[in-house]
Amino acid sequence: MFDAAIGKKSERVRNLVDRNKVKQFARAIGDEHPIYLDEATGSASRYGSNIAPPTYPRVFDYGKIEGLTLPPKGLIHGEQIYHYERPIRVGEEVYCYARVADYKEREGKNGRMGIMRIENNGEDSAGNLIFSSTVVIIINEAAIKGMNG
Amino acid sequence: MNTMEQLRAGEGINSIELPPVTPEALVLYAEASGDHNPIHLDEDEAKRLGLPGIIAHGMWTMGNLAKLFTPYHEEGFLQDYQIRFTGMVFLGDIITLQAKLASKKDRLLTFQVTASNQNGIDVLKGNAIFKLVD
Repeated sequence: MFDAAIGKKSERVRNLVDRNKVKQFARAIGDEHPIYLDEATGSASRYGSNIAPPTYPRVFDYGKIEGLTLPPKGLIHGEQIYHYERPIRVGEEVYCYARVADYKEREGKNGRMGIMRIENNGEDSAGNLIFSSTVVIIINEAAIKGMNG
Repeated sequence: MNTMEQLRAGEGINSIELPPVTPEALVLYAEASGDHNPIHLDEDEAKRLGLPGIIAHGMWTMGNLAKLFTPYHEEGFLQDYQIRFTGMVFLGDIITLQAKLASKKDRLLTFQVTASNQNGIDVLKGNAIFKLVD
């Protein structure tokens, strides 16, 4: 059903790594470490600034993938993968985009299911990769049918 | 605390037991992450969708799990972090976060990481590669 979406990607969206947003996120995962929050600790660190937690890219806007509309229900987050070239720095701008890397359907124990892999990547202003990530979404049969219907 | 540098295969870094999961914790995560899916926030809606009750965001648990490595930030960073969501986390669950060094190659330390509930069931598992930086 989603085969046609493979390879499609969004336009790059500029995201600012906002200090207060990082603080809020660190609090929400119970990781209020000075390396994320305290400016003096950040300045004295090897990065010269505070950094963001590894799963922080969840908050970025990756833009809209033209022609891809996922069903509102019946999705399961099956797997999540991050790769970092370096940590994300508080205060920097990250240019994010999403791409449908793959889609397959197969018979599972609860009927037919779709497996979609979406890449969510972040680059610096010069286009150097900071992080890449992949989200694997399992789409159940009812949701696939809903999209067909 | 052992430094990353000194760890040997089979050894773990300090594990963490989280306090029982509360609705407030998930509201905080929803607000911080922008993921307002009602299955994490609304008991009735979660049940309507066939779940036994509210479940935690998988990314909430994955975010928590990564904090095992935060104290080592002066030695390096998480280069790769790969997680499979193998079970659901419910309100009241007590989650234990663990990381054990599986292998070491040059400057890359590969850890097996898990989040398990009070019944010893893994709800999240995967690998984390910590890169030592000079």
